[in-house]
Amino acid sequence: MEAAAPPAARARIERLERVWEEPPGVLGRLTTVDHKRIGILYFFTALAFFAAGGVEALLIRTQLIGPNQSTLDPATFNELMTMHGVTMIFLFVIPMSLGAFGNYLLPLMIGARDMAFPRLNAVSYWIYLCAGIFIYVGLFSGNAPSAGWFDYVPLASSAYSPGPGIDFYALGLLFVGISTTAGAINVIVTVFKLRAPGMSLNRMPLFCFAFLAVSFALVFALPALNTALVLLECERLLGLHFFAPVFGGDPILWQNLFWIFGHPEVYIIILPAFGIATSIIPTFTRRRMVAFPLVALAEILVAFLGFGVWAHHMFAVGLATATTIYFAAASLIIVIPSGIQLFSWITTIVTGTPRFKTPLLWIVGFIVLFIVGGLSGVTFAAIPFDQQTTDTYYVVAHFHYVIFGAAVYPLLGGMFYWFPKVSGRMYDERWGQASFWLTFVGTNVTFFPMHLLGLAGMPRRDYTYSAGLGWSGYNLIETLGAYLLAIGLLSVAANLAISLFRGERAGNDPWGGDTLEWSTTSPPPEYNYAVIPTVSSPYAMWDREDREADDDHLEWGVKTLEQGHETPASTAVDGEWDEVLEMPSKSPWPPLTALAVSAIFAMVILQRWLSAAICVVILLLVLAGWHGREPEEA
Amino acid sequence: MGGEPDVSPLDPHSPASEHIATLWWWMLVVAGVVFLGAVAMLVLGWLRRDKPGLPLLGESERANTTLVVAFGMAIPIVVLAALFVVSDLVLMQETDAPTASETAMSVTVVGHQWWWEVRYEGGEVATANEIHIPDRTHIALVARSADVIHSFWVPELNRKVDMIPGQANTIELYADEAGVYRGQCAEFCGLQHAHMAFRVYAEPPARFREWLANQERPGREPSTPQARRGQRLFMESACASCHTIAGTEARGSIGPDLTHVASRQTLAADTIENTPRNLFRWIRNPQSIKPGDKMPGLGLGAARFHAIAAYLAGLK
Repeated sequence: MEAAAPPAARARIERLERVWEEPPGVLGRLTTVDHKRIGILYFFTALAFFAAGGVEALLIRTQLIGPNQSTLDPATFNELMTMHGVTMIFLFVIPMSLGAFGNYLLPLMIGARDMAFPRLNAVSYWIYLCAGIFIYVGLFSGNAPSAGWFDYVPLASSAYSPGPGIDFYALGLLFVGISTTAGAINVIVTVFKLRAPGMSLNRMPLFCFAFLAVSFALVFALPALNTALVLLECERLLGLHFFAPVFGGDPILWQNLFWIFGHPEVYIIILPAFGIATSIIPTFTRRRMVAFPLVALAEILVAFLGFGVWAHHMFAVGLATATTIYFAAASLIIVIPSGIQLFSWITTIVTGTPRFKTPLLWIVGFIVLFIVGGLSGVTFAAIPFDQQTTDTYYVVAHFHYVIFGAAVYPLLGGMFYWFPKVSGRMYDERWGQASFWLTFVGTNVTFFPMHLLGLAGMPRRDYTYSAGLGWSGYNLIETLGAYLLAIGLLSVAANLAISLFRGERAGNDPWGGDTLEWSTTSPPPEYNYAVIPTVSSPYAMWDREDREADDDHLEWGVKTLEQGHETPASTAVDGEWDEVLEMPSKSPWPPLTALAVSAIFAMVILQRWLSAAICVVILLLVLAGWHGREPEEA
Repeated sequence: MGGEPDVSPLDPHSPASEHIATLWWWMLVVAGVVFLGAVAMLVLGWLRRDKPGLPLLGESERANTTLVVAFGMAIPIVVLAALFVVSDLVLMQETDAPTASETAMSVTVVGHQWWWEVRYEGGEVATANEIHIPDRTHIALVARSADVIHSFWVPELNRKVDMIPGQANTIELYADEAGVYRGQCAEFCGLQHAHMAFRVYAEPPARFREWLANQERPGREPSTPQARRGQRLFMESACASCHTIAGTEARGSIGPDLTHVASRQTLAADTIENTPRNLFRWIRNPQSIKPGDKMPGLGLGAARFHAIAAYLAGLK
């Protein structure tokens, strides 16, 4: 495109490159505010935590390969079981979807040049990294939490869990929650305000609807978790009482607060995956999504209804009958929006002309696994059956089908789909398909027998079991499946890692993609688009006239904004041109802020209150420095 | 350890478990139909990958949307409403907490890290890790906790119910035939959650009454010199500060009541068979059998442990 561009257009592009230039190297990464660089930092960090959580899972499965094994002692097993859950949910899935995919792709899909708050974005990343390290310092210093990822009291109180393990959990989740909250607010404002003029809400890709819904859910769900964690730390560190019945507290309070967060969390985990599915399906079936408005509505509705079903995690605690019936009904209602989305994906595949390349294979795999996980999920709304199977391996099977099958498969499919865009190169297609099948078989061999194991009466979180209960065979198969699954995932990583250096050049749009990111170069330039794109439908890449208009605009200097570090803001609903925003550029303050926040958490866990207060002052000074004077613009 | 009783929720031995198992099989059939239908549509998509539109209906967006509404909304609403009525309104009543008038007697079970305290109403009878009940009798089981949250679960007899500090939950226990049913803690409760099981012995009412009558007696006096030495050691050492043996000065309440420990079939919450050798191994070094257990090894020397084991083995 650049080679053939007329001189006027070339001059504008050169000017944009100068204005948006990012310094290279490590220092460039430390101070960057570019959403794509931050997205890549998120990606590799989340991938590292995925590997850690995977190793923990393999150790757990190895301990359970046969009855009465002693690969792990019970204390280590409980720590690994807790860390596996915490890592996968808080340090892998959410940062990978919201941080890596959201960050990298949202501005590109809406035709913006960055996220709405680029420095807040950077600080979200650095705080996430520091919080992850903080939690793992607990593990490596022999102080891992061991009360399970939902950390029920009184087991998690200092009477039954002495030592700082649970404090690493509670403070670590508060810590990472800062990052997630900031990230979610950033997404909401970006989606509402930074869409390319012309992209009214009804012309926004479904991917963006999904991320918008997730971000709203996070902003409303996290306060419940944060409240629970603060109350717990007040008990553990300050000796106050909220949960102990002898002091007039109630252990069920923790469960309510945790699951008011915890169930929306399930949809927070899965909705980005739905968004990715709705990006990949149109591209590979070469048609628009069936029932687009219903799907957009369903995405929002799921995030909303997710707040009304939390007590179905608590059907065995002895709630009032009327309460359980209400929550069972709500849990059934939430099946409907999921059903709409499911059949929209399937109908689009049936009525389109699908090319079953690797990204679509992952999505088809996701659909199959989501149906299994969804159907087993429906059975929990049958209260007596829930009360029979809750806290057994049947539940473990269910949520791994949902979280690994339905949330992680689209992330893997997305990695293949956007690999050419991010790296500029193609992955190996045959290898990609082979690793899909390997992983798909591994997933089912690992997780399907868990249904049967639960129905054979094995409770979850047992570090061992006796022979003669009929559980040994299932456990053996599951463990072998887990090894196969690990091989499948390693082969995905190997394919992408090698293709990064050896893959063929991809070009701008190797797939005939449907959304805007395919209109720019691979990888995209720092400023994303030389011209703010013209948009008249959610499948902007398929509107040829609009893309030709972009080329004309570049030549004429329309919507190029090359004079400063700028991107346009539009009105929230109709997407009409509102104003031109001066975007902040590189800054050392976000990582410094994260360091100051880390110091506060470190001092709190050491119970050095004076030092913690000093660190708060340091944080305030850093924030004052950040906001004191803007650096000169380029 | 051979001869473990079954634990499958799908092998019901009570009306409540039977209802739940039937509910499961029906849900499985419906879920199977949904799953196969959806997968068949995906297969159709693969077979027709070069042809746009639907078979018979062609390329009509209206038809496509109708399909989504029919399969994604209309059919689920009907199926889910039926499931709601059957499971949450009708069957729910069969597994809900029983009222006082529906049951013949009540047994209280208190969860401890990591064992089960069992008390019978009215009398002084206390045992641990095994519940004897008369068969074909409706029993109210009151579940409490002494420390953290546990969950009482005998899959073949009923759903589970959590044991929560400061709260008493009740479920019905009913066995439709005599037999041994295994139960296990279902809520993660710490280090030895995996070794917190128990057994329910459903017996004909006459045998149950016989058992209860024996349990009401104080602990038997030791009959051999070794056992007498064992009793003295038990009372003098830390044993008596945690355990109770009715009729002696041992009045501890931290660990299980041992008045009739020799009448039980397992030790350490269904972790090992209660044989003389296992009893000796257990009291001598409990941490090697159940690492992290609250019972400490006292380090008294083998001869003394043999004596204590001899005393305990006589507590039928």
